[in-house]
Amino acid sequence: MKMTGAKIFIEALKKEGVEIMFGYPGGVVLPIFDALYDSGINFILTRHEQGAAHAADGYARATGKVGVCLATSGPGATNLVTGLATANMDSVPIVAFTGQVRTSLIGNDAFQEVDISGITRPISKHNYLVKDINKLATVIKNAFHIASTGRPGVVVVDIPVDIQIQEADFYYPESIEIRGYKPTYNAHIGQIKRACKLIAASKKPVLYVGGGVIISNASGELIEFVKKTEIPVTMTLMGLGAFPGTDKFSLGMLGMHGTAYANHAIHESDLIIAIGARFDDRVTGKIEEFAPHAKIIHIDIDPCAISKNVEVDIPIVGDAKCALRDLLKNVEKPDISGWHKQIEVWKKKYPLTYKDDSKLRPQYVVEEIYNVTKGNAIITTEVGQNQMWAAQFYKYDKPRQFISSGGLGTMGYGFPAAIGAQMGCPKKHVFDIAGDGSIQMNIQELTTAVANKVPVKVAILNNGCLGMVRQWQELFYKKRYSYTILEACPDFVKLAEAYGAVGMRITKKKDVRKAIKDALKIKRPVMMDFRVEPEENVFPMVPAGQAINKMIGVLA
Amino acid sequence: MKKTIAVLVENHFGVLTHVSGLFSARGFNIDSLTVGETEDPTISRMTIVADGDEKTLEQVKKQLNRLIDVVKVIDLTDEDFVDRELVLVKVKIDNKKRSEILHVADTFQAKIDDVKKENVVIEVTGDQNKIKSFIEMMRSFGIVEIVRTGRIAIGRK
Ligand SMILES: Cc1ncc(C[n+]2csc(CCOP(=O)(O)OP(=O)(O)O)c2C)c(N)n1
Repeated sequence: MKMTGAKIFIEALKKEGVEIMFGYPGGVVLPIFDALYDSGINFILTRHEQGAAHAADGYARATGKVGVCLATSGPGATNLVTGLATANMDSVPIVAFTGQVRTSLIGNDAFQEVDISGITRPISKHNYLVKDINKLATVIKNAFHIASTGRPGVVVVDIPVDIQIQEADFYYPESIEIRGYKPTYNAHIGQIKRACKLIAASKKPVLYVGGGVIISNASGELIEFVKKTEIPVTMTLMGLGAFPGTDKFSLGMLGMHGTAYANHAIHESDLIIAIGARFDDRVTGKIEEFAPHAKIIHIDIDPCAISKNVEVDIPIVGDAKCALRDLLKNVEKPDISGWHKQIEVWKKKYPLTYKDDSKLRPQYVVEEIYNVTKGNAIITTEVGQNQMWAAQFYKYDKPRQFISSGGLGTMGYGFPAAIGAQMGCPKKHVFDIAGDGSIQMNIQELTTAVANKVPVKVAILNNGCLGMVRQWQELFYKKRYSYTILEACPDFVKLAEAYGAVGMRITKKKDVRKAIKDALKIKRPVMMDFRVEPEENVFPMVPAGQAINKMIGVLA
Repeated sequence: MKKTIAVLVENHFGVLTHVSGLFSARGFNIDSLTVGETEDPTISRMTIVADGDEKTLEQVKKQLNRLIDVVKVIDLTDEDFVDRELVLVKVKIDNKKRSEILHVADTFQAKIDDVKKENVVIEVTGDQNKIKSFIEMMRSFGIVEIVRTGRIAIGRK
């Protein structure tokens, strides 16, 4: 049967099981929007294309499905860019569709033409410019496959307007044939056995777990593995929730703002088992002094991630789930009771804490959100201090519960991501833990939340400044607060109300709990303006370029 | 250290930008890059000569492999291979130097493509060593311009 490109697009999305899509219309996507009108696909009109990309990302991270967004050519496409870079850095599966000027005009600097393939090349896993209507269906099939397999990422599909109008037979391929793309899932069994030998002989092993474990849905296997070996686990920002944060073998997060005990454990360790993590500089600190006594086993599905930053003793290319399953079959419990005792000492000596006085402190707000939601909410974050406190003081027991821009550190991510996460998980409570700076970067999405009755809660830890940058200025630039004090600030309560959402202001510690409870009862978007201590800092902290055992601000 | 890498890629537009973009984005140095169709018209073969330490070149290979349009990466440095490059050299010439230049060209089995009063264009083909020494020889006569095709290489196996 002959169909227009726009109709083929819709049919292909249905074949892929796409239920929801975020985006914004424009000139060269009119045929697609016309086809969307009565397609049955739930299209969410955001108020900015960046919001659409982040919402698709939040949806993908919360559900494990592919996130889909759609924008017009030119400015629509460039507005997606930050969102796509954010998702790709954190290996989030997204298929982004953009309209393009008609094929005969490409390269002519036509109205609203940009070379979005060229622009997105370094920030995507792959991209396509569809120049032949007969290839459209196959391209879409491949795009979903590439986005969601191997190390997931962003695939951009650029569709010129004339291709949307032309007709072709609709045939959706059953199978995939991409000869240059065959990710390795199964780990090499020889390497697994070698790894098990090292594990059995280790005295001070640590599991260093990243987002890859969440992406491959390997939490169950990881928990089994720890049950059997009793090896303590530390997680990266992206890995939070991969292993229960409340478990006695959890060391919490490592790295720049990790727990002191996680960082000490890594520094003293004789064997690091890295799974789905990439030795990012925020984790390793000064790379030459990272884990000086340890042998390293590194499991990752992306061969590029292995031995990129640190030399690895046992590289294992494969999917975290498959590899953990194989390890579990072969591993023996090492004798590490002395190590456990040492870790207990560190945990007692350097607990993660803050000054719990009568002042309204941001960490307290996060803890109370944890208490009131009984640890079951999905938490998204903005970037800065809010993000680190959300990572430190909410304990994540389940994967896909903590959603944050780790690799790119994109301010303005959390709120649209919360909307996407909430739409993917309507039964969950979803909180965006925000800063007063970041929230203003995509505040327009309040309309999206209101219009679609998305009951997300925004907890602004309002410190009147760009807190994280101010913290660096305080510590390393002699308190010269250059352009980080946000003297002018909107009235967030009135702002929320103007958008048709609910606003709340909380200025006293004693009112925090009740406010959170009240907010949860409201089945609409609620924006909570917590007026917190302005000069609170995130500690512990490894100053940039230092070894990770050289932390400052460790409260003993 | 220099490595000669053959990369088989899908023969469609945009692939070259993916490959060259990868090199620039990751700060890898390319000495030369050539592309051409293979015995299979849907596949092109690039020969890349890259410079860097062992670790960087390992990353180059992995990153190339990661590109969706890259079908295969062959590190020719590991095996026995034949390599060739074609170079056109324009050299200053006068009556005094003429016979000497022609003699050198002859020993390198180079071809004289064009002779003008002030200069001569010489074409030479060969492996990297031959090309290198030929260019060095010509330098002493005064090179006006050099154009190189970049290296192509094929494994002997
Ligand atoms: C888009 C973007 N611009 C700039 C930065 C640099 N940056 C990192 S944290 C930060 C301050 C964030 O301030 P706020 O949202 O108020 O959060 P706080 O640190 O106070 O919790 C800035 C400007 C960034 N990460 N992202």
